[in-house]
Amino acid sequence: MRLLVALAFALVATAHLLLPVEPLREAASIDPALFRLIMVELRLPRTLMVLGYGAALGCSGAALQAMFANPLASPDISGASSGAALGAVVGGYWLGITQPLALAICGATGALGTLALLMLLAGRRSDTTTLLLAGLAISLAAGAATSLALALAPSPFAFYDAFDWLMGSFVDRSLAQAAAALIPAGLATILLLRRAAALDLVALGEDVAASLGIRPQRLSLEVIALSSVAVGACVSVAGAIGFVGLVAPFFGRRISRGHPGSAMVPAAIIGSILLALADLTVRAVPLDRPIPVGVITALFGTPLFLWLVVNMRRRLTP
Amino acid sequence: MTSLVAEHVALEARLKPTDLVVQAGQLVAVIGPNGSGKTSLLRALARVDRAEGRVIIEGEVLDEAPPARRRHLLSLLPASRDMSWPIAARDIIGLGLDRPDPERVEELIGLLELEQLANRPVDRLSTGERARVLAARALAARPKLLLLDEPLSNLDPYWVLRFLDLFGDASASGQAVLVTLHDLSHLQRFDRVILIAAGAIQMDETPADLVASERFGEIFRIRENAEGNWTIRPADPQSSP
Repeated sequence: MRLLVALAFALVATAHLLLPVEPLREAASIDPALFRLIMVELRLPRTLMVLGYGAALGCSGAALQAMFANPLASPDISGASSGAALGAVVGGYWLGITQPLALAICGATGALGTLALLMLLAGRRSDTTTLLLAGLAISLAAGAATSLALALAPSPFAFYDAFDWLMGSFVDRSLAQAAAALIPAGLATILLLRRAAALDLVALGEDVAASLGIRPQRLSLEVIALSSVAVGACVSVAGAIGFVGLVAPFFGRRISRGHPGSAMVPAAIIGSILLALADLTVRAVPLDRPIPVGVITALFGTPLFLWLVVNMRRRLTP
Repeated sequence: MTSLVAEHVALEARLKPTDLVVQAGQLVAVIGPNGSGKTSLLRALARVDRAEGRVIIEGEVLDEAPPARRRHLLSLLPASRDMSWPIAARDIIGLGLDRPDPERVEELIGLLELEQLANRPVDRLSTGERARVLAARALAARPKLLLLDEPLSNLDPYWVLRFLDLFGDASASGQAVLVTLHDLSHLQRFDRVILIAAGAIQMDETPADLVASERFGEIFRIRENAEGNWTIRPADPQSSP
């Protein structure tokens, strides 16, 4: 199973870098320098961004689910992605920030704000209904605030411009932009992964974890802060992409035999695979206008989400 | 040999500052009316929820012990048997150990007769079955102190007796064992009984002395009738506020 996932990752990553192969071949036949330019300036940043964003979503989704002890907690359901989008929009269109790293900080701040609000409203060990409703309310509010910020933005083109990336787009991202998103997201992801053993013990209940020397309060704050950085930085560059952070941990736990903390590594890899597949789909669709990646992930993610909800309800009501 | 020394352990609003010394190999029952502070005492001893005071287990200050060491010092079995994740029973037991030890896990599976359940996800087991899996997890690292919160609830009569035997074995091997209980019919199997009410230790006696005392009946609002059964104590007009 592990080997299969690793193989799939290698395959999808290579495919994402090389497909469609025709322009590459053409460029190579004209001028090797042009080929290198396309690879380094266009293909590589896009592939890195897709794989990194997918991994950040998968890993932080798994960490949030482990901490909230709920398979429905995830960057999108908890409102973190919408908060990050709000942060990036306010930073980009109101504060006039163009520097990618500064925008990434805006995104992370927005995500942190919404997650902190969720903790305040729902609490850590809240039941599924409270968590979903509070997350939904926060998501909707952040979405409305984003629309308002765009509508009233100093630039009249803000709305049109934002539509291009807010629902997820990897088109024409530079290496600098990819670095601004992926360096903080990568660091945050590594720090999250170091908490895998602690999150596995939280599965036994917070009291047991505390008796073993883990501070659940501090751990949850760390998980929230690190997830915010990981997701927020990526959202500021590539938009808010739903469902990957929800779905990848679900499959990750199949590989970790149910352990929620150890599920972070497989969830990160599966997140990369899913997002790369979604972006490949966007590129393969024969339309002359780009489809947001978030539309593709929602298309495939919604059925699984509904299945999860129904399945949980069946388990709760015997 | 002294196993546990607790100095002024307290939990805000639930447990008043409490001192407690338990000898190694002692089997201690903790009883008290609902909401009296039994669970809080165990939680304070396990250092949950920013508990105050100091807990020393065989000379080691618990708060200063690194996480890897803590498993060998104490283990807490909470009263709640809820499990959120579909983890196999075998893996849950493994979480009680700081490094993989399949032999010890198999030994515990045998001890708690979990052979048929070992590979099933715990969230699909019955509460009583899950209680056995979680107890196995708590016993896994053979800690010096076992803190067991209502381990006998939801168990069938066979498993109540088996668990009592397991606690006896643990104390015979030198572990200090604290067990909270509601069913008073097995008190005689314990070396010592601590009675808690209003967030403080009220009595600390041998089972026979405790049950015979007037105070015991007052706190629980019950009394023993001529046939040796417990009955509700008529309300005492002087003591009601």
